[in-house]
Amino acid sequence: MSAGAGESAIEFTLAGRLGDFALDVVFAAPMRGVTALFGPSGSGKTTILRCAAGLQRLSGRLQVGEDVWQDDAAGVFRPPHRRPIGYVFQEASLFPHLSVRDNLRFGAKRALPEHGVGALDFADIVKLLGIGHLLDRAPAALSGGERQRVAIGRALLSQPRLLLMDEPLASLDRLTKDEILPHLEAVHESLAIPILYVSHDIGEIERLADTLVLLENGRVAAAGELAVLQADLELPLARAPEAAVTLEGAVVGADETYALTTFAVAGGTLIVPGRQGGRGDRRRLRISASDVSFSRAAPEETTILNCLPVRIHSVSRHDRDAVQMNIVVGLGDDGGGARIVGRVTRKSQEALGLTAGRRVFAQIKSVALLASGAGGGPRHRAIAQSQQEKADEAQRA
Amino acid sequence: MNDIWTPIRLTLELAFITTFVLLSIGTPVAWWLARSRARWKEVAATIVALPLVLPPTVLGFYLLILLGPQGPGGWLAGLWGGRSLAFTFPGLVIGSTVYSLPFVVQPIRNGFEAFGNRPLEAAATLRAGPWDAFWSVAVPLARPGFLTGAVLGFAHTVGEFGVVLMIGGNIPGQTKVLSVAIYDYVESLQWTEASLLAGLMVAFAFAVILTVTVFEKRVARPGR
Repeated sequence: MSAGAGESAIEFTLAGRLGDFALDVVFAAPMRGVTALFGPSGSGKTTILRCAAGLQRLSGRLQVGEDVWQDDAAGVFRPPHRRPIGYVFQEASLFPHLSVRDNLRFGAKRALPEHGVGALDFADIVKLLGIGHLLDRAPAALSGGERQRVAIGRALLSQPRLLLMDEPLASLDRLTKDEILPHLEAVHESLAIPILYVSHDIGEIERLADTLVLLENGRVAAAGELAVLQADLELPLARAPEAAVTLEGAVVGADETYALTTFAVAGGTLIVPGRQGGRGDRRRLRISASDVSFSRAAPEETTILNCLPVRIHSVSRHDRDAVQMNIVVGLGDDGGGARIVGRVTRKSQEALGLTAGRRVFAQIKSVALLASGAGGGPRHRAIAQSQQEKADEAQRA
Repeated sequence: MNDIWTPIRLTLELAFITTFVLLSIGTPVAWWLARSRARWKEVAATIVALPLVLPPTVLGFYLLILLGPQGPGGWLAGLWGGRSLAFTFPGLVIGSTVYSLPFVVQPIRNGFEAFGNRPLEAAATLRAGPWDAFWSVAVPLARPGFLTGAVLGFAHTVGEFGVVLMIGGNIPGQTKVLSVAIYDYVESLQWTEASLLAGLMVAFAFAVILTVTVFEKRVARPGR
């Protein structure tokens, strides 16, 4: 969004030991959207995030856009307070001696003037996170979810150029998570700040992430667009019992009689139950591998609404006593559209001869709507707009 | 009878100045002890804590040598034409500071250690430099420790006897503080003056402990 950043990226090269744990990673994250660092605990996610903040130091190099934050070869290391970051810890870590308002202002007061461009406004952020009624309270008088929302607001008001979130939902119960996730989505959609998001919960990743960095034992197992990695049979994501893909869709039609909404995705259309916004609205959809089945001929007289022509891209490698197999298909006659993963028994796969290159039909039993996708509601769009205007103004001056 | 005010005034003066010096020295020492990862920091902590265990006469003896004409105290006094820091008010301040240091350092160190690393990390990610974070986060969070340290340091200075007698002697108006004055009154059988001062000390001790307890409770209570 910000004109100066262009297509620049956040580039990491980090290596080092912490006790008996060795970390050695090289990856780049785009300067927009949510990049999730995903992996089992002990894979080095949090260490990478702390190194990004400068709270911890391993040898290597870190460049964010044009700025070099660490370069051991050139003897550069910016201490944390000189990095324009916002950090949200797993526990909210609010200052207990300050009211919510003063916590929010702590970073705002100290924001570096050169990063005040496109300033996030106090009132806007308070509204975005729904914390207006808490301003005069002490942190001790807040619920866990409220505290975490204030912590997110405090980080945002320090005018970061990069937001770092370390499992911000991990210490919360299911209900509280569901209370906060929409706010995180709102932050994602309405603010032009790149976010590095650490999590071991695939559900959060599916809702929030655009880019994924998969970590295993201190190494990068894979990095790339979320949807691409989800449909890569070589990676653990597709092998997991809850394997799924996420797709970006735009509303193209609505069936008022039956309350159904039609979304266009790359290579086809999908019908989702419920009235899901006006024409052109973008949403994130999720298709679970276990909800996808295949047939050789176009299915007729079926209760399943979503039957699409697809072309098989790849089939998971044979394991002699595998019961189930994953099949990745591309939507459309030529298979050039979005990739989805389906799970079938080895018996069916062999009986139907489902091999790479075949044209078949995918039946999708259910499509779940995840997040409101890029664009967001009018309120969030307004903030993004005013942010953009401020940035433009600052550039002119 | 009228000269009981001289030792009272002198004692208060000594206690206020010493408390101020104790806080100025004790705070950086406590910060270092709380934050440093140096292996020998517990050795330093032990040295600071020694006055807790040593008899005041032992401490007083060494202080007397250090402050005397042959020690660094004598050299220091030489800068303004004196011969020795022993048996002077500045010497008394130095002695009281050494003697009461553990009572100030320990609570402040505990105060700094109680909140861990996280608030300081949070402050750093919010653009607060080390100095800024120290004043805006560490000191307010360690407030109960500062309060306890200051009150203990003050009260302990008011109540000391052995060290004062060893290095300060008994010079009226200069080094003759309350506790020594009481001893003198008893020695010379001036029971009225002795009991008056002793009674004042009891009231003072009571007030100090009550204040600290009430205040700590209020500080500890969450919210506002």
